[in-house]
Amino acid sequence: MTRSSGPERDVAGDAEAGAAVGAAAGVSVVATAGAARASAGAARVPALDVAGLTVTRPVTRTAARRARRAPGEARVGPHVTVLDEVSLAVAPGECLAIVGSSGAGKSVLARSLLGLADPSGNAAWRSSAARFVVDGRDMRRATARQWRELRGTGIALVLQDALQSLDPLRTIEAEVSEALALRGVPRRARRSAALAALAAAGLSDPESLLPLRATALSGGMRQRALIASALVGEPRVLVADEPTTALDPATARQVLAEFGRLRDEGVALVIVSHDLGAVAQSADTIAVLDRGRIVEAGPAAALLAAPVEPATRALVAAMPVGLGGAHQAAERLALVAGGAVPAGGADPILSLHSVTRSFGERGGTFTGVRGVDLKLRRGEIVGVAGESGAGKTTLARLLSGADRPDSGTITSAQGARVRLIPQDPLATFDPRWRVRRILQATLDRAYPRRGRDEPKLAAPALQAQSTPPSPEALLRRVGLDPALLSRRPPTLSGGERQRVAIARALAARPDVLVCDEAVSALDTVTQAGVLELLRSLREELAVVFISHDLAALTSVSDRVVVLRAGQAVSPAEATAFLAAAL
Amino acid sequence: MARLSRVAVAVLKKLGAAALVVWITATVVFLALRASGDPLEAILGGPGSQAGPETAAQATAAYGLDQPVFVQYLQQLWRIATLQFGDSYARKQPVSELLAANVPPTLALATLAFALAWALALAGTLLAANARGRAGAVARALLTAVETVASVVPQFFLGAVLILVFATGLRWFPATGAAAGGLPALVLPVITLAVPVAGYLAHVLHGPLTEADRSPFATTARARGANESRVLARHTLRHAALPAIALSGWAYGSLLSGAVVVEVLFARQGLGRLLLEAATVRDVPVVIGAVVVVALLYVLVMIVSEIVETLVDPRGGRAAAARAGGVGGDRSGGPSRSGGSGRSGGGGAPGSSATRTTAGSEMIA
Amino acid sequence: MLRWLSPALAAATLCLVALAALAPAILAPQDPLAIAPAAAFQPPSLAHPFGTDESGRDLLARVVHGTAASVGIGVAATAIGVVIGGALGFVAALGPRFVDRALARLFEVLFALPTLVVALLFVAVWGGGAWSATLAIGLATIPGYARMIRARVRGIAASGYVEWARLDGAPRLTLFARHIAPNSLWPLVSAATLGVGQSIVWVAALGFLGLGTEPPAPEWGAMLDAGRVYLGHAWWMTVFPGLAIVATATALTVAGRRLAAGGAE
Repeated sequence: MTRSSGPERDVAGDAEAGAAVGAAAGVSVVATAGAARASAGAARVPALDVAGLTVTRPVTRTAARRARRAPGEARVGPHVTVLDEVSLAVAPGECLAIVGSSGAGKSVLARSLLGLADPSGNAAWRSSAARFVVDGRDMRRATARQWRELRGTGIALVLQDALQSLDPLRTIEAEVSEALALRGVPRRARRSAALAALAAAGLSDPESLLPLRATALSGGMRQRALIASALVGEPRVLVADEPTTALDPATARQVLAEFGRLRDEGVALVIVSHDLGAVAQSADTIAVLDRGRIVEAGPAAALLAAPVEPATRALVAAMPVGLGGAHQAAERLALVAGGAVPAGGADPILSLHSVTRSFGERGGTFTGVRGVDLKLRRGEIVGVAGESGAGKTTLARLLSGADRPDSGTITSAQGARVRLIPQDPLATFDPRWRVRRILQATLDRAYPRRGRDEPKLAAPALQAQSTPPSPEALLRRVGLDPALLSRRPPTLSGGERQRVAIARALAARPDVLVCDEAVSALDTVTQAGVLELLRSLREELAVVFISHDLAALTSVSDRVVVLRAGQAVSPAEATAFLAAAL
Repeated sequence: MARLSRVAVAVLKKLGAAALVVWITATVVFLALRASGDPLEAILGGPGSQAGPETAAQATAAYGLDQPVFVQYLQQLWRIATLQFGDSYARKQPVSELLAANVPPTLALATLAFALAWALALAGTLLAANARGRAGAVARALLTAVETVASVVPQFFLGAVLILVFATGLRWFPATGAAAGGLPALVLPVITLAVPVAGYLAHVLHGPLTEADRSPFATTARARGANESRVLARHTLRHAALPAIALSGWAYGSLLSGAVVVEVLFARQGLGRLLLEAATVRDVPVVIGAVVVVALLYVLVMIVSEIVETLVDPRGGRAAAARAGGVGGDRSGGPSRSGGSGRSGGGGAPGSSATRTTAGSEMIA
Repeated sequence: MLRWLSPALAAATLCLVALAALAPAILAPQDPLAIAPAAAFQPPSLAHPFGTDESGRDLLARVVHGTAASVGIGVAATAIGVVIGGALGFVAALGPRFVDRALARLFEVLFALPTLVVALLFVAVWGGGAWSATLAIGLATIPGYARMIRARVRGIAASGYVEWARLDGAPRLTLFARHIAPNSLWPLVSAATLGVGQSIVWVAALGFLGLGTEPPAPEWGAMLDAGRVYLGHAWWMTVFPGLAIVATATALTVAGRRLAAGGAE
């Protein structure tokens, strides 16, 4: 099992190293960023020290049939290499961020650090390492039992989606104190430890949370409760897999601050994320994972300032607001929130006049939208921001005609076509259809054969064409290989699906595109590509860009409408909202 | 409190459904039996009876057959509503007496079989879940095969084979003799009745368990140091059991179907055989009485399964699972990445909706 | 290995069943009705691989020739259930709200009655026999199919792709013909495959209770009923017809589940 071929230039023993990261490619970087903080005594010894970690998974029949291996995956017999010679080390009081786009192997790495490479309990995956020391214990040949003893107290894991990572059938008390219950801690002691952990995770009034279940909590509270459940065993090492991805920006920042506090208290922290921007400020060291390998690593500031590898550059480029560019960001904010209506007296394509659609009160807050005014003109991208439940999705449905207002009017220029690009486009593709047929069906409707009256107001660029574009041309236009025409959407990646959804919307000759959280499920690099595509389309049509991700929103929009409890807030409030979150 | 009132509402709904079942069945049975033959014939001992006109007139008056059909129908409904089913045409005995004698043995048989079916299904599932590695894969495949065969094996065949092996061959258990009573006579009928339902329940447990095993909360539990038994006992099995519990009412109903066959095969007294014999001689009061009892039993089991489901899943609301988002559908769950995937929104067990679709497609029989 | 073994076995079994149903003489040349009292109750031998029954009839021939009756009735009963149940399911899911409410309630209620109880009631009214058994099982399975199809069609009608196509301007007929119908038919096919297996078992159960095909025509359930009397000293009379039912029903179940899994992907 043990491999001897780990990178020999490893730096874990280096006296300077607070945290060290090595990579199979030979990149070895000594990070000193946290040395000052970690200098208090014997904290030099890494709490987590891994070298040459390789993980392979068996090739399943379904996987073989889909034949969609990530490009970098090498086949080793009946196994596929998921992680290739990964080396990393974190000392107490240090924070290491592992970043990479989706499919890089980040989640596998996070689980592998706890000996849980296989997502099911079957242990069909194989892992080996030249060195694997956790909290002073050599885990290379650890038995299942030794691993179990270590987990929860030596090393703990916080997974991405707190709603599904906390057992929805169990109370917060049972979930948070489970690590202790496993170790036979008496009930009363468990309870007080759970209360302490919940408080440590930044939850006020933990007492009231104990009898609740995860579904009864808000996203931010859930994530904190999940962190508390990892903290309760007082682990030396904490691994967090995309801990803030599911959270709105304000909550995400609070949760990251919580992590920073834990680090300062001496926890060795590993944060895994696709979003470099989200973790850049918390990390002392950053390692970039690409196709199962660490391609670049180093102190956070240095790596951000001078990225070398293409994967790193893509991640840095995808950070919507440049780090250190807070000044620029502020300028952009002013432009974004202030500009109520752009110059130019062009008639709006679509205008909403005091539109109200109510779904009544839920939990004491109004749901739906009320009294919203909005004018859309060709050539602009209007961002719609707001916290969850503020009415963003209702607005998207009203704009796209999927729902009708209770009162108010929606007037569109004659024949204006509005098409929606949803967050999860897969649900909007007929599961039996291939991409070609999906596009062709919309083309056939948008370009009726002779006899039907042509739409009067089609987008100018398309108006010139009397013949419909080919599906191939549509795919090329959204930056996809026409070879994908013969694929079914479930076999496409998230970014590809989103682009197909855009191609389909374009096939309908739209005048307005409504993007409802259209990039929220994509990793930052893919997101940047889709945003660029939307910007390039702006010339011919109007885009409504709805997102809870303010970074993406402000980078793409010409102006921003902020919704709160179904109402558009004043420009001053909008600026404050955006400033608070950025 | 909220939980209690929810249960109360559910119970009332089920009772309403039961009343509807009884009303529809009573109407259909009454009309169909009337349309297809003269009840007097059944009363007087079937076709070709030698009863004289005097006896016929007496019987006509005694059973109210001289009334208009609609009045007879209303009388019939009234009797059902007051649980007085009248006298059997064929046996000249009050139906209530017949039911009192025949329902308890069937109830015992079906309930024991139900318990055994759950025990077998759980044992098989746990066995498969705990089998690891290559041997585990083989064991799982074998269990899947056993489960498939078990879920389709006809009870009349399984029972016959059991009789051949354990009664006439090994002489461990008696083949017949409910009259003699005692537990030994129950063993083979209970096994016969339980095996197909066990196969079916195991099948329904299987998919959700696999899914729950891969879910983030199972990984999280493992990351806290839980071993596989604990993950199973405290986490995944509860999720996997929810669809099976929801289908238990139907499963119990199918046991009553099976009871007809098993009681004939093992020459046992019971509701199934009573119904079969009454149906073949068109003994309307007995048929209606038996059907009413079957419907009430079904409702009773549904109520119990609903209560058990509430205990296992205290979140409440089976409907939550069905909240799949349409185009920009209502993702009130907030900006979570899985918002539109249909697995969020706090819906039931993982994949429960899908499982129920599959299960539903097999529930037809 | 077992993963491909079971579908392969199922496919082979179904081929054999189809052959036995369509051309029984190829598999068993002997006359299933030929009586030979001298050769009664013979255990399995080379001359009679499945043995003989109380009248000396060859059991292999009877099992093979009984396939058409057993499977045929099963298929016919399923067809009744699927066609009527499917139609009701479509009407409930796509029709006006009050129709849906009434039908949904009705399906729910009828579902409370176990299949065999419904079938027994039917047989009680109309008498036994092959036709009666077919109708009885077919009618008894209607609520199950109707419920399933209603749920499925409602799910599809509310799906993202139907809504997108509607907003894209597709007329109702197109929505139905291109999206709703094709996507709901597939599960119906898999359900029907599973259903045939179950119906064969139910039909045999009616035969076993003496309410199915009239003797002496061979039918698996009726053969089991006949064998029951001689269970003690002629086990083959029960075992071989029973195995035929189990093998056929298992193969159909494996096939149906695979179809369902294939449709889900």
